Amino acid sequence: MDLTDLHVFWYVLLGVLVTGYAILDGFDLGVGILHPLVKGDRERRLVLNSIGPLWDGNEVWLVTFGGALFAAFPKAYASLFSAFYLPFMFLLFALIGRAISIEFRSKVKSESWRTYWDHSFAFSSLVVVLLFGVAAGNVMQGIPLDAQGNLVGDVRDLLRPYPFAVGALAVVTAALHGALYLHLKTEGELQARIGRLRWPLFSAFLVAYLGVTIATLVLVPHATRNFDRFPIAWVVVVLNGLAVANVPRAIHHGKPGQAFASSCALVAALVFLFGMAMFPKLAISSLDPAHDLDAWNAASSESTLGLMRWIAFLGMPFVITYTAIVYWVFRGKTKLDDFSY
Amino acid sequence: MDLDPVALSRAQFALTVMFHYLFPPLSIGLGALMVLLEGAYLRTKDRRYEAAVRFFTKIFAVNFAVGVASGIVMEFQFGTNWATYSRFVGDVFGSALAAEGIFAFFLESGFLAILVFGWNRVGPKMHFFSTLMVFLGSCFSAVWIVIANSWQHTPTGFHLVGEGAEMRAEITDFWAMVFNPSAMHRLNHVLFGSFIQGAFFVMSISAFYVLKKRHLEIAKRSFTFALVFGAISSIAILISGHSQANAVAVNQPAKLAAFEGHYETGPADMILFGWPNDETRQVDYAVAVPGMLSFLVHGDPEAPIRGLDEFPEDERPPVAVPFVTYHLMAMLGTFFIGITLLGLLQLWRGKLWDQPWLLRIFVVSVVGPYLANQAGWVAAEVGRQPWVVYGLLKTSDAVSPSVKGGEVLTSIVLFGIAYLALFALWIYVLNEKIQHGPEDPETLGTPPSGGSFVDAAVAAGDRSLTEADTVPVASTTSVARASGGE
Ligand code: HDD
Ligand code: HEM
Ligand code: HEM
Repeated sequence: MDLTDLHVFWYVLLGVLVTGYAILDGFDLGVGILHPLVKGDRERRLVLNSIGPLWDGNEVWLVTFGGALFAAFPKAYASLFSAFYLPFMFLLFALIGRAISIEFRSKVKSESWRTYWDHSFAFSSLVVVLLFGVAAGNVMQGIPLDAQGNLVGDVRDLLRPYPFAVGALAVVTAALHGALYLHLKTEGELQARIGRLRWPLFSAFLVAYLGVTIATLVLVPHATRNFDRFPIAWVVVVLNGLAVANVPRAIHHGKPGQAFASSCALVAALVFLFGMAMFPKLAISSLDPAHDLDAWNAASSESTLGLMRWIAFLGMPFVITYTAIVYWVFRGKTKLDDFSY
Repeated sequence: MDLDPVALSRAQFALTVMFHYLFPPLSIGLGALMVLLEGAYLRTKDRRYEAAVRFFTKIFAVNFAVGVASGIVMEFQFGTNWATYSRFVGDVFGSALAAEGIFAFFLESGFLAILVFGWNRVGPKMHFFSTLMVFLGSCFSAVWIVIANSWQHTPTGFHLVGEGAEMRAEITDFWAMVFNPSAMHRLNHVLFGSFIQGAFFVMSISAFYVLKKRHLEIAKRSFTFALVFGAISSIAILISGHSQANAVAVNQPAKLAAFEGHYETGPADMILFGWPNDETRQVDYAVAVPGMLSFLVHGDPEAPIRGLDEFPEDERPPVAVPFVTYHLMAMLGTFFIGITLLGLLQLWRGKLWDQPWLLRIFVVSVVGPYLANQAGWVAAEVGRQPWVVYGLLKTSDAVSPSVKGGEVLTSIVLFGIAYLALFALWIYVLNEKIQHGPEDPETLGTPPSGGSFVDAAVAAGDRSLTEADTVPVASTTSVARASGGE
């Protein structure tokens, strides 16, 4: 892999954006999925406010990923997004639903109002994660694209078992990641209750993880192709295994910070493996490999890629600084004050 | 039934972008006023300013959230509905969107957290800095999105590669793309339009409080700031609009002809009122200043202006919609200048607060900028038809080939429901906030001390270990009600 090649650089940078998004929005979507398991208004507010100042910034990783994909690989942006038309519309609908639920839930002091938004918050978070997983599974398995990169057939061709298995894995991973985050941000009785959720979630994750790994090896033969080309990738497989193993170890030894760090590493490793299975493709056509879109035939001009690389070099340090400042200002256990949701 | 994906995709785009554009202008304009008010607080240490900023922050946060939620739809919609267009403009438009994400959205959303939730966690200076950054971020996002949009109106700095559906525009000169002939005009205009939005919004709420004799001290201060800011912006937008119209005459003559209902080439009047009639190719019921348009564009009332007759039938924009919306915007612009100058006059004579009729006009005038901002975009965008990228790509060729009419209809229904609910909620929560009003400056509690960011951060760290633990939630209920808490 030659990072000085602009096409490879952009492929990797998009991977970085997805990783950032998966780690950061991953935990707040996970918190959303777990939200209904917490009872009582005060505790629900604590849970909501643990992600209160952060979720919006986390979502910007997705927005920037969209813009970067559009800029670097417009054909992939156009083909994938129009191919997943209806699922994407539901995804957008769910993202709106989540933003609104967080924003409006605590604005009115009525129990039924709050219960309604609690449900809507949890449901939309679940749908978002599930749809991302289903989309990732479809991209892995390949979809019927014609020579122009347009989908032949319709949405029913996307509803297959493998993508749903990936969707399920995404949901349990987010839930586990979210639980480990919440355990860090809460205290007392609430923390204890969340603590008890961690073991069942980890078991569910393990089952889904093994299931999807086996299904991938059987159903998606091209997924391992790159490991022959880049033996170094095995290191990540090993790291991934270590991260998975370290979650129960850290939980067992009562080290919540380490447990959460491990689940961050675990999420990053999953995204990396996905990228490894795809590289250098962005979309795989199940009709004819000649229709596949990759980092070369889907790219915009060299000069745009070169220019955008400068924009990325210039912008990313700022992005990291803002993110660090905000996480620093809102570190520590979540408290409710006059400004909370 | 045959559903036309092109018409439906256009309807969907119009619905989502017009809905989205209800919120950004207020974010930008209100942001500007919050920077001014918080700046006044830092300078004078007068806590009434602080109370005002805290109050507007709550409204800002809700507006911002709806703006973000509706903006995400925009970001992905080009790929879903306009795949051919996306392949065509990826080089240009994609770069601008990516730059918007990296330079603007991260800045906004990051510091928004401190602006909204950070009052007790950082010192006043750091807080002011956050407000400023949120405002700057929202201006940056306008910069990039407006550049991208303007490029569609006046494409420069590119060359075409490929044929037919495979054709794409590739950037050859980045700065020529950024400074395309309409970009800076449009940017000025959009920003002033947003400032007017913010100013009238603050004036509306403040005038309401003055009329009800509530929160007088805070309301009068906010009103005065907004009035001055609004008057300056209203005059500025007239100048900016005029130079923009001159640019349109050169770059997109068919659009100008549609704005003015100018069917035949020749000297042109400036029509103040009227209704364009495509049958007779004249403007009915016209009240016009003879030769004025020729004079404004060429400095000579006799100079010919190109009419719609100069363009092939299939390259003419529709006339009625751009004509009406353009005139609506310009009339509202004139009204804003008049009403703000009147307000300033009365303020100067010291009589503003005793004139309920004038205050009542200010209460309802907030609708004006919403209408003008929407009307301006509709005029500009419909006037560009039938092109999506002027002279290069027709709207009808730009849609996603694989997307079916039924699917687009489904998503329109979905967004229609979501937006209706969202809009109702927004109004509801806005009303709650206004009814509740700002806090009494006496009860605001001491702000964290410390000037520099480091001090502030350290102070925040200390507090989060000690004080916050001991403050029982119940003792803050009076303020907590404002955020709907507990
Ligand atoms: C891509 C950049 C872009 C940007 C920033 C905007 N537009 Fe636009 N607009 C388009 C790109 C576009 C388009 C893709 O070119 C459309 C879609 C279909 C069409 O006819 O042109 C369009 C159509 C379109 C229509 C329907 C016109 C018709 O179908 O005849 C309206 C009412 C607006 N726009 C209004 C707006 C508003 C209020 C905007 C402010 C946010 C705005 N546009 C920004
Ligand atoms: C049609 C093209 C447009 C697209 C694709 C688009 C995209 C977006 C997106 C994705 C967001 C959410 C960002 C976040 O998550 O923080 C957003 C918000 C925003 N947009 Fe747009 N936008 C469009 C038009 C405009 C225009 C024309 C302006 C200004 C003149 C504008 C100004 C803003 C601002 C200020 C925000 C901040 C959030 C708020 O609304 O308060 N947008 N936009
Ligand atoms: C007072 C006289 C005004 C004049 C002469 C004027 C002129 C114009 C012109 C010529 C355009 C079309 C530009 C193009 O298509 O390239 C335009 C667009 C627009 N106007 Fe105005 N305008 C005025 C007032 C206002 C006011 C008061 C607002 C809002 C508060 C406003 C908001 C807009 C917006 C949002 C657009 C679309 C974006 C753009 O193309 O700049 N305008 N205006």
